[in-house]
Amino acid sequence: MSVAAGNLRSGRPRGLWTGRIFYGFLLFSLLIGFLTLGALLLQVLFEGYRFVDLVLFFEAPSADPQIAGAEPAILATIYIGVLLLAFTVPLGVGTAIYLEEYANRDRWYNRLLEVNIQNLAAVPSIVYGILGLAFLVRGLGLGRVLLAGAMILTLLVLPTVIIAAREAIRAVPDSIRQGAYALGATKWQVVWRQVLPASTPGIATGSILALSRGLGETAPLLLVGALTYVSFNPTLMGDFTALPVQIYQWIARPQDEFRTLAASGIIVLLAILLTLNAFAIWLRNRYERRW
Amino acid sequence: MAPVSVTMAGVNVDVETRERPLPAKELREVVFDVKDLGVAYSGNQALQGVSLEVYRNFVTAFIGPSGCGKSTFIRCFNRMNDLISTAKVDGTILYHGQDLYGSDVDPVEVRKRIGMVFQKPNPFPKSIYDNVAFGPRVLGMTDGLDDRVELALQQAALWDEAKDRLKANALSLSGGQQQRLCIARCLAVEPEVILMDEPASALDPIATTRIEDLMHELKKDYTIVVVTHNMQQAARVADMTAFFSVTRGEEGQRTGILVEYDATSKIFTQPSDQRTEDYVTGRFG
Repeated sequence: MSVAAGNLRSGRPRGLWTGRIFYGFLLFSLLIGFLTLGALLLQVLFEGYRFVDLVLFFEAPSADPQIAGAEPAILATIYIGVLLLAFTVPLGVGTAIYLEEYANRDRWYNRLLEVNIQNLAAVPSIVYGILGLAFLVRGLGLGRVLLAGAMILTLLVLPTVIIAAREAIRAVPDSIRQGAYALGATKWQVVWRQVLPASTPGIATGSILALSRGLGETAPLLLVGALTYVSFNPTLMGDFTALPVQIYQWIARPQDEFRTLAASGIIVLLAILLTLNAFAIWLRNRYERRW
Repeated sequence: MAPVSVTMAGVNVDVETRERPLPAKELREVVFDVKDLGVAYSGNQALQGVSLEVYRNFVTAFIGPSGCGKSTFIRCFNRMNDLISTAKVDGTILYHGQDLYGSDVDPVEVRKRIGMVFQKPNPFPKSIYDNVAFGPRVLGMTDGLDDRVELALQQAALWDEAKDRLKANALSLSGGQQQRLCIARCLAVEPEVILMDEPASALDPIATTRIEDLMHELKKDYTIVVVTHNMQQAARVADMTAFFSVTRGEEGQRTGILVEYDATSKIFTQPSDQRTEDYVTGRFG
Protein backbone atom coordinates (compact mmCIF):
# COMPACT_ATOMS: atom_id res chain seq x y z
CA MET A 1 0.00 0.00 0.00
CA SER A 2 1.47 3.28 -1.01
CA VAL A 3 0.99 6.48 0.93
CA ALA A 4 0.35 9.66 -0.98
CA ALA A 5 2.82 12.41 -0.26
CA GLY A 6 -0.04 14.79 0.62
CA ASN A 7 -0.90 12.62 3.62
CA LEU A 8 2.25 13.71 5.31
CA ARG A 9 0.82 17.17 5.84
CA SER A 10 -2.84 16.45 6.25
CA GLY A 11 -2.69 14.84 9.68
CA ARG A 12 -4.40 16.43 12.66
CA PRO A 13 -2.10 18.60 14.74
CA ARG A 14 -1.91 15.94 17.41
CA GLY A 15 -0.17 17.10 20.53
CA LEU A 16 0.58 20.48 19.06
CA TRP A 17 -1.40 22.38 21.69
CA THR A 18 -0.32 20.11 24.51
CA GLY A 19 3.24 20.85 23.50
CA ARG A 20 2.68 24.58 23.48
CA ILE A 21 0.91 24.55 26.83
CA PHE A 22 3.68 22.50 28.36
CA TYR A 23 6.30 24.87 26.98
CA GLY A 24 4.32 27.81 28.39
CA PHE A 25 4.19 26.13 31.78
CA LEU A 26 7.95 25.66 31.75
CA LEU A 27 8.49 29.34 31.00
CA PHE A 28 6.00 30.28 33.71
CA SER A 29 7.82 28.16 36.35
CA LEU A 30 11.09 29.68 35.34
CA LEU A 31 9.71 33.21 35.54
CA ILE A 32 8.18 32.71 38.99
CA GLY A 33 11.53 31.91 40.52
CA PHE A 34 13.43 34.39 38.47
CA LEU A 35 11.08 37.35 38.92
CA THR A 36 10.51 36.83 42.64
CA LEU A 37 14.21 36.64 43.35
CA GLY A 38 14.93 39.55 41.03
CA ALA A 39 12.24 41.71 42.60
CA LEU A 40 13.49 40.94 46.11
CA LEU A 41 17.06 41.72 45.15
CA LEU A 42 16.14 44.95 43.44
CA GLN A 43 14.00 46.07 46.32
CA VAL A 44 16.70 45.31 48.88
CA LEU A 45 19.33 47.05 46.76
CA PHE A 46 17.14 50.06 46.16
CA GLU A 47 16.16 50.33 49.81
CA GLY A 48 19.44 49.54 51.44
CA TYR A 49 22.20 50.95 49.27
CA ARG A 50 22.23 54.25 51.16
CA PHE A 51 23.35 52.63 54.39
CA VAL A 52 26.06 50.42 52.92
CA ASP A 53 28.86 52.63 54.11
CA LEU A 54 31.78 52.75 56.51
CA VAL A 55 29.40 53.22 59.44
CA LEU A 56 27.81 49.87 58.69
CA PHE A 57 31.14 48.09 58.64
CA PHE A 58 32.93 49.85 61.46
CA GLU A 59 30.32 50.86 64.03
CA ALA A 60 28.50 48.89 66.67
CA PRO A 61 24.70 48.79 66.72
CA SER A 62 23.03 51.71 68.34
CA ALA A 63 19.59 52.97 69.21
CA ASP A 64 20.20 55.78 66.75
CA PRO A 65 19.92 54.36 63.24
CA GLN A 66 22.11 57.10 61.82
CA ILE A 67 25.20 55.87 63.70
CA ALA A 68 24.24 52.20 64.01
CA GLY A 69 26.55 49.70 62.32
CA ALA A 70 26.97 45.96 62.20
CA GLU A 71 30.67 45.53 62.91
CA PRO A 72 30.20 42.98 65.74
CA ALA A 73 27.82 40.95 63.60
CA ILE A 74 30.02 41.04 60.50
CA LEU A 75 33.09 40.07 62.52
CA ALA A 76 31.22 37.28 64.28
CA THR A 77 30.01 35.94 60.94
CA ILE A 78 33.60 35.89 59.69
CA TYR A 79 34.82 34.16 62.87
CA ILE A 80 32.03 31.63 62.67
CA GLY A 81 32.87 31.02 59.02
CA VAL A 82 36.53 30.31 59.80
CA LEU A 83 35.66 28.03 62.71
CA LEU A 84 33.02 26.31 60.63
CA LEU A 85 35.56 25.42 57.94
CA ALA A 86 38.15 24.38 60.51
CA PHE A 87 35.65 22.00 62.14
CA THR A 88 33.66 20.65 59.21
CA VAL A 89 36.37 19.98 56.64
CA PRO A 90 38.48 17.53 58.71
CA LEU A 91 35.43 15.85 60.26
CA GLY A 92 33.45 15.71 57.04
CA VAL A 93 36.31 14.53 54.85
CA GLY A 94 37.35 12.01 57.51
CA THR A 95 33.86 10.54 57.64
CA ALA A 96 33.63 10.48 53.85
CA ILE A 97 36.97 8.68 53.54
CA TYR A 98 35.90 6.12 56.10
CA LEU A 99 32.59 5.47 54.37
CA GLU A 100 34.03 5.31 50.86
CA GLU A 101 37.42 3.69 51.37
CA TYR A 102 37.31 1.72 54.59
CA ALA A 103 33.74 0.83 55.53
CA ASN A 104 32.56 -2.63 54.67
CA ARG A 105 29.05 -2.22 53.24
CA ASP A 106 28.13 -5.68 54.43
CA ARG A 107 28.26 -4.57 58.03
CA TRP A 108 24.94 -3.36 59.41
CA TYR A 109 26.48 -0.51 61.42
CA ASN A 110 28.06 1.02 58.33
CA ARG A 111 24.76 0.93 56.47
CA LEU A 112 23.02 2.44 59.51
CA LEU A 113 25.64 5.19 59.55
CA GLU A 114 25.03 5.98 55.89
CA VAL A 115 21.24 6.17 56.25
CA ASN A 116 21.67 8.32 59.34
CA ILE A 117 23.88 10.83 57.61
CA GLN A 118 21.50 11.15 54.71
CA ASN A 119 18.62 11.75 57.10
CA LEU A 120 20.57 14.26 59.15
CA ALA A 121 20.90 16.44 56.06
CA ALA A 122 17.12 16.78 56.06
CA VAL A 123 16.65 17.66 59.74
CA PRO A 124 15.27 21.23 60.19
CA SER A 125 17.85 23.67 61.45
CA ILE A 126 15.78 24.66 64.49
CA VAL A 127 16.14 21.08 65.75
CA TYR A 128 19.90 21.52 65.63
CA GLY A 129 19.38 24.70 67.63
CA ILE A 130 17.54 22.81 70.33
CA LEU A 131 20.28 20.18 70.38
CA GLY A 132 22.87 22.91 70.68
CA LEU A 133 21.05 24.53 73.54
CA ALA A 134 20.61 21.29 75.45
CA PHE A 135 23.94 19.66 74.68
CA LEU A 136 26.50 22.40 74.06
CA VAL A 137 25.23 25.37 76.04
CA ARG A 138 23.84 23.51 79.03
CA GLY A 139 25.17 19.93 78.87
CA LEU A 140 28.80 20.83 78.18
CA GLY A 141 28.36 24.09 80.01
CA LEU A 142 29.83 26.15 77.18
CA GLY A 143 27.30 28.89 77.74
CA ARG A 144 25.86 31.14 75.09
CA VAL A 145 29.13 31.82 73.32
CA LEU A 146 30.37 32.14 69.76
CA LEU A 147 32.15 28.79 69.95
CA ALA A 148 28.84 27.07 70.71
CA GLY A 149 27.30 28.83 67.72
CA ALA A 150 30.08 27.67 65.42
CA MET A 151 29.84 24.13 66.79
CA ILE A 152 26.13 23.84 66.22
CA LEU A 153 26.45 25.18 62.69
CA THR A 154 29.19 22.58 62.20
CA LEU A 155 26.76 19.82 63.09
CA LEU A 156 24.18 21.40 60.82
CA VAL A 157 26.33 21.50 57.68
CA LEU A 158 28.41 18.38 58.39
CA PRO A 159 26.06 16.02 56.49
CA THR A 160 26.24 18.27 53.44
CA VAL A 161 30.03 18.27 53.53
CA ILE A 162 30.12 14.50 54.03
CA ILE A 163 27.81 13.89 51.10
CA ALA A 164 29.77 16.27 48.83
CA ALA A 165 33.10 14.74 49.86
CA ARG A 166 31.79 11.22 49.27
CA GLU A 167 30.67 12.17 45.78
CA ALA A 168 34.10 13.63 45.07
CA ILE A 169 35.91 10.57 46.41
CA ARG A 170 33.63 8.21 44.52
CA ALA A 171 34.37 10.10 41.30
CA VAL A 172 38.03 9.06 41.50
CA PRO A 173 38.20 6.02 39.23
CA ASP A 174 39.16 2.71 40.76
CA SER A 175 41.90 2.32 38.16
CA ILE A 176 43.84 5.06 39.99
CA ARG A 177 43.65 3.15 43.27
CA GLN A 178 44.60 -0.10 41.57
CA GLY A 179 47.54 1.54 39.82
CA ALA A 180 48.83 2.84 43.13
CA TYR A 181 48.32 -0.48 44.93
CA ALA A 182 50.12 -2.29 42.12
CA LEU A 183 53.19 -0.16 42.80
CA GLY A 184 53.32 -1.33 46.39
CA ALA A 185 51.54 1.59 48.02
CA THR A 186 49.79 0.94 51.32
CA LYS A 187 46.14 1.79 51.80
CA TRP A 188 47.07 4.95 53.67
CA GLN A 189 49.39 6.04 50.84
CA VAL A 190 46.75 5.34 48.22
CA VAL A 191 44.17 7.43 50.07
CA TRP A 192 46.49 10.23 51.11
CA ARG A 193 48.56 10.59 47.93
CA GLN A 194 46.10 9.66 45.19
CA VAL A 195 42.46 9.69 46.23
CA LEU A 196 42.50 12.86 48.33
CA PRO A 197 44.48 15.07 45.92
CA ALA A 198 42.29 13.90 43.05
CA SER A 199 39.10 14.69 44.96
CA THR A 200 40.21 17.98 46.53
CA PRO A 201 38.44 20.27 44.01
CA GLY A 202 35.13 18.51 44.60
CA ILE A 203 35.61 18.56 48.35
CA ALA A 204 36.50 22.26 48.30
CA THR A 205 33.45 23.12 46.22
CA GLY A 206 31.14 21.19 48.54
CA SER A 207 32.70 22.70 51.64
CA ILE A 208 32.30 26.24 50.38
CA LEU A 209 28.66 25.69 49.48
CA ALA A 210 28.10 24.21 52.94
CA LEU A 211 29.85 27.19 54.50
CA SER A 212 27.59 29.63 52.72
CA ARG A 213 24.58 27.66 53.89
CA GLY A 214 25.84 27.79 57.47
CA LEU A 215 26.51 31.51 57.37
CA GLY A 216 22.97 32.22 56.22
CA GLU A 217 21.40 30.32 59.14
CA THR A 218 19.58 32.21 61.88
CA ALA A 219 17.36 29.84 63.82
CA PRO A 220 19.95 27.58 65.46
CA LEU A 221 22.04 30.58 66.43
CA LEU A 222 19.09 32.22 68.16
CA LEU A 223 18.64 29.10 70.27
CA VAL A 224 22.27 28.79 71.29
CA GLY A 225 22.15 32.36 72.38
CA ALA A 226 23.16 34.70 69.59
CA LEU A 227 21.98 37.95 71.09
CA THR A 228 20.07 40.42 69.01
CA TYR A 229 21.90 43.36 70.46
CA VAL A 230 25.66 43.15 70.92
CA SER A 231 27.59 46.40 70.92
CA PHE A 232 31.12 45.02 71.28
CA ASN A 233 33.29 42.89 69.03
CA PRO A 234 32.98 39.14 69.48
CA THR A 235 35.41 36.79 71.16
CA LEU A 236 35.55 33.02 70.97
CA MET A 237 34.06 32.47 74.43
CA GLY A 238 31.94 35.59 74.65
CA ASP A 239 28.47 36.83 73.78
CA PHE A 240 27.95 37.14 70.10
CA THR A 241 25.56 37.94 67.34
CA ALA A 242 25.74 37.19 63.64
CA LEU A 243 24.77 39.01 60.50
CA PRO A 244 21.48 37.17 59.88
CA VAL A 245 20.53 37.62 63.53
CA GLN A 246 21.37 41.31 63.35
CA ILE A 247 19.21 41.67 60.23
CA TYR A 248 16.39 39.87 61.98
CA GLN A 249 16.65 42.24 64.93
CA TRP A 250 16.64 45.35 62.76
CA ILE A 251 13.67 44.21 60.72
CA ALA A 252 11.69 43.61 63.91
CA ARG A 253 12.07 47.24 64.92
CA PRO A 254 9.27 49.72 64.25
CA GLN A 255 11.34 52.59 62.84
CA ASP A 256 11.69 52.81 59.07
CA GLU A 257 15.38 53.67 59.31
CA PHE A 258 16.09 50.33 60.90
CA ARG A 259 14.32 48.55 58.06
CA THR A 260 16.63 50.39 55.70
CA LEU A 261 19.55 49.32 57.83
CA ALA A 262 18.28 45.74 57.67
CA ALA A 263 18.21 46.02 53.88
CA SER A 264 21.82 47.15 53.83
CA GLY A 265 22.71 44.27 56.15
CA ILE A 266 21.07 41.91 53.69
CA ILE A 267 23.17 43.40 50.88
CA VAL A 268 26.36 42.68 52.84
CA LEU A 269 25.27 39.13 53.70
CA LEU A 270 24.21 38.45 50.10
CA ALA A 271 27.51 39.81 48.84
CA ILE A 272 29.41 37.44 51.13
CA LEU A 273 27.31 34.42 50.16
CA LEU A 274 27.33 35.17 46.44
CA THR A 275 31.11 35.65 46.51
CA LEU A 276 31.54 32.29 48.23
CA ASN A 277 29.22 30.56 45.77
CA ALA A 278 30.92 32.19 42.79
CA PHE A 279 34.26 31.00 44.15
CA ALA A 280 32.87 27.49 44.48
CA ILE A 281 31.63 27.52 40.88
CA TRP A 282 34.96 28.87 39.68
CA LEU A 283 36.80 26.11 41.57
CA ARG A 284 34.56 23.47 40.06
CA ASN A 285 35.01 24.70 36.52
CA ARG A 286 38.71 25.28 36.92
CA TYR A 287 39.58 21.87 38.28
CA GLU A 288 36.78 19.73 36.91
CA ARG A 289 38.34 16.57 35.61
CA ARG A 290 37.13 14.18 32.98
CA TRP A 291 38.59 10.73 33.34
CA MET B 1 61.62 -15.06 11.99
CA ALA B 2 59.56 -17.78 10.48
CA PRO B 3 56.08 -17.04 9.25
CA VAL B 4 53.69 -19.71 10.40
CA SER B 5 50.50 -20.27 8.53
CA VAL B 6 47.48 -20.24 10.78
CA THR B 7 43.92 -20.53 9.58
CA MET B 8 41.77 -17.90 11.20
CA ALA B 9 38.08 -17.73 10.50
CA GLY B 10 38.74 -19.80 7.43
CA VAL B 11 41.43 -17.50 6.10
CA ASN B 12 45.09 -18.31 6.12
CA VAL B 13 47.01 -15.73 8.05
CA ASP B 14 50.72 -15.59 8.31
CA VAL B 15 51.55 -15.17 11.93
CA GLU B 16 55.01 -13.99 12.58
CA THR B 17 56.59 -15.97 15.36
CA ARG B 18 60.07 -15.09 16.41
CA GLU B 19 62.25 -18.08 16.18
CA ARG B 20 63.96 -18.53 19.46
CA PRO B 21 65.14 -21.87 20.63
CA LEU B 22 63.97 -22.04 24.20
CA PRO B 23 66.45 -23.15 26.81
CA ALA B 24 66.07 -26.74 27.90
CA LYS B 25 63.59 -27.22 30.67
CA GLU B 26 66.20 -28.02 33.30
CA LEU B 27 68.08 -24.82 32.49
CA ARG B 28 65.09 -22.59 33.05
CA GLU B 29 64.76 -20.77 36.32
CA VAL B 30 61.27 -21.06 37.76
CA VAL B 31 59.90 -17.75 39.03
CA PHE B 32 56.35 -18.83 39.75
CA ASP B 33 55.27 -22.35 40.46
CA VAL B 34 51.48 -22.47 40.41
CA LYS B 35 49.84 -25.53 41.89
CA ASP B 36 46.16 -26.31 41.59
CA LEU B 37 45.09 -22.68 41.81
CA GLY B 38 41.46 -21.69 41.98
CA VAL B 39 39.67 -18.38 42.48
CA ALA B 40 36.06 -17.93 43.56
CA TYR B 41 34.04 -14.72 43.66
CA SER B 42 31.27 -14.92 46.27
CA GLY B 43 31.36 -18.69 45.99
CA ASN B 44 31.26 -18.76 42.17
CA GLN B 45 34.30 -20.59 40.94
CA ALA B 46 35.88 -18.34 38.30
CA LEU B 47 39.00 -20.38 37.82
CA GLN B 48 39.89 -23.88 38.84
CA GLY B 49 42.77 -26.30 39.01
CA VAL B 50 45.46 -24.27 37.26
CA SER B 51 49.02 -25.54 37.52
CA LEU B 52 51.91 -24.11 35.54
CA GLU B 53 55.41 -22.72 35.87
CA VAL B 54 56.53 -19.26 34.79
CA TYR B 55 60.19 -18.98 33.82
CA ARG B 56 62.65 -16.20 34.33
CA ASN B 57 63.32 -13.80 31.42
CA PHE B 58 60.53 -15.38 29.44
CA VAL B 59 57.47 -13.71 28.07
CA THR B 60 54.57 -15.91 29.11
CA ALA B 61 51.21 -15.25 27.46
CA PHE B 62 47.75 -16.25 28.68
CA ILE B 63 45.22 -16.49 25.89
CA GLY B 64 41.64 -17.66 25.75
CA PRO B 65 38.07 -16.52 25.16
CA SER B 66 36.33 -13.90 27.29
CA GLY B 67 35.41 -15.09 30.75
CA CYS B 68 38.02 -17.83 30.84
CA GLY B 69 39.59 -16.37 33.96
CA LYS B 70 42.91 -15.26 32.46
CA SER B 71 42.67 -11.76 33.95
CA THR B 72 41.59 -13.24 37.26
CA PHE B 73 44.58 -15.54 37.09
CA ILE B 74 47.16 -12.84 36.40
CA ARG B 75 45.84 -10.84 39.34
CA CYS B 76 46.74 -13.69 41.65
CA PHE B 77 50.45 -13.15 41.01
CA ASN B 78 50.58 -9.76 42.73
CA ARG B 79 47.67 -10.41 45.06
CA MET B 80 45.46 -7.79 43.46
CA ASN B 81 42.54 -10.11 44.14
CA ASP B 82 43.04 -9.28 47.81
CA LEU B 83 41.44 -5.91 47.07
CA ILE B 84 38.17 -7.61 46.16
CA SER B 85 36.60 -8.66 49.42
CA THR B 86 34.48 -11.39 47.84
CA ALA B 87 37.41 -13.08 46.08
CA LYS B 88 38.82 -16.24 47.57
CA VAL B 89 42.02 -17.84 46.30
CA ASP B 90 42.93 -21.46 46.98
CA GLY B 91 45.85 -23.58 45.86
CA THR B 92 49.39 -22.27 45.98
CA ILE B 93 51.67 -19.99 44.03
CA LEU B 94 55.31 -20.33 44.93
CA TYR B 95 57.45 -17.33 44.07
CA HIS B 96 61.06 -18.53 44.10
CA GLY B 97 59.88 -21.28 46.38
CA GLN B 98 58.07 -18.96 48.78
CA ASP B 99 54.32 -19.21 49.19
CA LEU B 100 52.83 -15.93 47.89
CA TYR B 101 49.72 -16.47 49.98
CA GLY B 102 51.59 -17.48 53.13
CA SER B 103 50.22 -15.93 56.31
CA ASP B 104 53.39 -13.93 56.94
CA VAL B 105 53.56 -12.49 53.40
CA ASP B 106 52.85 -8.78 53.06
CA PRO B 107 50.94 -8.05 49.83
CA VAL B 108 52.58 -4.63 49.67
CA GLU B 109 55.99 -6.32 49.60
CA VAL B 110 54.76 -8.67 46.87
CA ARG B 111 53.55 -5.82 44.66
CA LYS B 112 56.87 -4.08 45.02
CA ARG B 113 58.60 -6.99 43.30
CA ILE B 114 55.83 -7.93 40.94
CA GLY B 115 54.67 -4.92 38.98
CA MET B 116 51.53 -4.63 36.93
CA VAL B 117 50.37 -2.80 33.80
CA PHE B 118 46.64 -2.59 33.27
CA GLN B 119 44.37 -2.94 30.27
CA LYS B 120 43.37 0.69 30.14
CA PRO B 121 46.24 3.14 30.64
CA ASN B 122 45.72 4.56 34.12
CA PRO B 123 48.20 7.38 34.65
CA PHE B 124 47.72 9.31 37.86
CA PRO B 125 46.33 12.83 37.37
CA LYS B 126 49.76 14.27 38.08
CA SER B 127 52.80 15.30 36.09
CA ILE B 128 54.74 12.77 34.01
CA TYR B 129 57.60 13.02 36.49
CA ASP B 130 55.36 12.50 39.52
CA ASN B 131 53.77 9.48 37.88
CA VAL B 132 57.09 7.71 37.55
CA ALA B 133 58.32 8.97 40.92
CA PHE B 134 55.21 7.80 42.78
CA GLY B 135 56.36 4.21 43.29
CA PRO B 136 59.90 5.09 44.44
CA ARG B 137 58.45 7.72 46.77
CA VAL B 138 55.96 5.45 48.49
CA LEU B 139 58.63 2.79 48.84
CA GLY B 140 61.21 5.22 50.19
CA MET B 141 63.58 4.83 47.20
CA THR B 142 64.14 8.56 46.86
CA ASP B 143 67.93 8.70 46.52
CA GLY B 144 68.83 9.81 43.01
CA LEU B 145 65.17 10.06 42.11
CA ASP B 146 65.78 12.15 38.97
CA ASP B 147 68.12 9.51 37.54
CA ARG B 148 65.72 6.76 38.46
CA VAL B 149 62.87 8.52 36.67
CA GLU B 150 65.02 9.13 33.61
CA LEU B 151 66.17 5.53 33.46
CA ALA B 152 62.64 4.19 33.78
CA LEU B 153 61.40 6.49 31.02
CA GLN B 154 64.29 5.41 28.81
CA GLN B 155 63.59 1.74 29.41
CA ALA B 156 59.98 2.34 28.49
CA ALA B 157 61.06 4.16 25.31
CA LEU B 158 59.31 7.34 26.39
CA TRP B 159 62.27 9.50 27.39
CA ASP B 160 62.75 11.24 24.04
CA GLU B 161 59.10 12.23 23.86
CA ALA B 162 58.79 13.20 27.51
CA LYS B 163 62.11 14.72 28.53
CA ASP B 164 61.11 18.28 27.67
CA ARG B 165 57.72 18.09 29.34
CA LEU B 166 58.29 16.16 32.55
CA LYS B 167 56.14 18.67 34.42
CA ALA B 168 53.23 18.32 31.99
CA ASN B 169 50.14 16.48 33.14
CA ALA B 170 50.28 12.81 32.22
CA LEU B 171 46.71 12.93 30.95
CA SER B 172 47.92 15.16 28.11
CA LEU B 173 49.83 12.22 26.60
CA SER B 174 48.35 10.02 23.87
CA GLY B 175 46.94 6.63 24.81
CA GLY B 176 50.04 4.76 23.66
CA GLN B 177 52.32 7.17 25.48
CA GLN B 178 50.18 6.84 28.60
CA GLN B 179 50.58 3.08 28.50
CA ARG B 180 54.36 3.38 28.11
CA LEU B 181 54.28 5.81 31.03
CA CYS B 182 52.48 3.15 33.07
CA ILE B 183 55.22 0.71 32.09
CA ALA B 184 57.88 3.25 33.10
CA ARG B 185 56.06 3.79 36.39
CA CYS B 186 56.18 0.07 37.01
CA LEU B 187 59.89 -0.19 36.06
CA ALA B 188 60.88 2.67 38.37
CA VAL B 189 60.52 0.46 41.45
CA GLU B 190 62.78 -2.22 39.91
CA PRO B 191 60.42 -5.16 40.00
CA GLU B 192 61.51 -8.62 38.97
CA VAL B 193 58.29 -9.51 37.20
CA ILE B 194 55.96 -7.38 35.10
CA LEU B 195 52.38 -8.51 34.78
CA MET B 196 50.52 -7.05 31.82
CA ASP B 197 46.76 -7.41 31.64
CA GLU B 198 45.90 -6.86 27.95
CA PRO B 199 48.31 -3.94 27.79
CA ALA B 200 47.60 -3.07 24.15
CA SER B 201 43.89 -3.76 23.82
CA ALA B 202 42.98 -0.08 24.13
CA LEU B 203 45.69 1.08 21.71
CA ASP B 204 45.97 1.57 17.97
CA PRO B 205 48.17 -0.78 15.88
CA ILE B 206 51.22 1.50 15.86
CA ALA B 207 51.13 2.01 19.62
CA THR B 208 50.58 -1.74 19.98
CA THR B 209 53.70 -2.50 17.96
CA ARG B 210 55.72 -0.21 20.19
CA ILE B 211 54.48 -1.98 23.31
CA GLU B 212 55.31 -5.35 21.76
CA ASP B 213 58.81 -4.19 20.79
CA LEU B 214 59.20 -2.97 24.33
CA MET B 215 58.31 -6.37 25.70
CA HIS B 216 61.08 -7.93 23.61
CA GLU B 217 63.49 -5.38 24.95
CA LEU B 218 62.38 -5.74 28.57
CA LYS B 219 62.51 -9.50 28.80
CA LYS B 220 66.29 -9.31 28.87
CA ASP B 221 66.00 -7.89 32.37
CA TYR B 222 62.54 -8.83 33.50
CA THR B 223 60.14 -11.71 33.53
CA ILE B 224 56.93 -10.79 31.74
CA VAL B 225 53.51 -12.33 32.04
CA VAL B 226 50.94 -11.00 29.60
CA VAL B 227 47.24 -11.58 29.15
CA THR B 228 46.05 -10.98 25.63
CA HIS B 229 42.95 -11.30 23.54
CA ASN B 230 44.99 -11.06 20.44
CA MET B 231 46.42 -14.38 19.30
CA GLN B 232 48.81 -12.84 16.82
CA GLN B 233 50.17 -10.76 19.65
CA ALA B 234 50.79 -13.84 21.75
CA ALA B 235 52.46 -15.48 18.76
CA ARG B 236 54.65 -12.43 18.24
CA VAL B 237 55.78 -11.75 21.78
CA ALA B 238 55.50 -14.87 23.89
CA ASP B 239 57.98 -17.66 24.55
CA MET B 240 55.44 -19.75 26.38
CA THR B 241 51.68 -19.62 25.91
CA ALA B 242 48.91 -20.92 28.13
CA PHE B 243 45.50 -21.46 26.62
CA PHE B 244 42.53 -21.09 28.97
CA SER B 245 38.98 -22.07 28.25
CA VAL B 246 35.59 -22.12 29.91
CA THR B 247 33.72 -25.13 31.21
CA ARG B 248 30.08 -25.05 32.18
CA GLY B 249 29.04 -26.58 35.45
CA GLU B 250 25.81 -28.51 36.05
CA GLU B 251 23.91 -25.30 36.73
CA GLY B 252 25.49 -23.46 33.83
CA GLN B 253 28.06 -21.60 35.90
CA ARG B 254 31.19 -20.72 33.96
CA THR B 255 34.55 -21.78 35.28
CA GLY B 256 37.89 -21.07 33.68
CA ILE B 257 40.37 -23.87 33.25
CA LEU B 258 43.86 -24.21 31.84
CA VAL B 259 43.70 -26.36 28.72
CA GLU B 260 47.24 -26.38 27.48
CA TYR B 261 50.53 -24.76 28.35
CA ASP B 262 53.54 -25.09 26.10
CA ALA B 263 56.10 -23.28 23.98
CA THR B 264 54.32 -20.66 21.87
CA SER B 265 55.39 -22.17 18.56
CA LYS B 266 53.97 -25.51 19.61
CA ILE B 267 50.66 -24.02 20.80
CA PHE B 268 50.20 -22.29 17.48
CA THR B 269 51.44 -24.99 15.10
CA GLN B 270 50.89 -28.37 16.69
CA PRO B 271 48.75 -28.05 19.79
CA SER B 272 48.17 -31.32 21.56
CA ASP B 273 44.62 -30.51 22.63
CA GLN B 274 41.76 -30.30 20.16
CA ARG B 275 40.24 -27.30 21.99
CA THR B 276 43.47 -25.35 21.61
CA GLU B 277 43.60 -26.13 17.94
CA ASP B 278 40.00 -25.05 17.47
CA TYR B 279 40.74 -21.77 19.21
CA VAL B 280 44.01 -20.86 17.50
CA THR B 281 42.65 -21.76 14.10
CA GLY B 282 39.62 -19.57 14.67
CA ARG B 283 36.97 -22.27 14.80
CA PHE B 284 35.91 -21.22 18.27
CA GLY B 285 36.05 -18.10 20.43
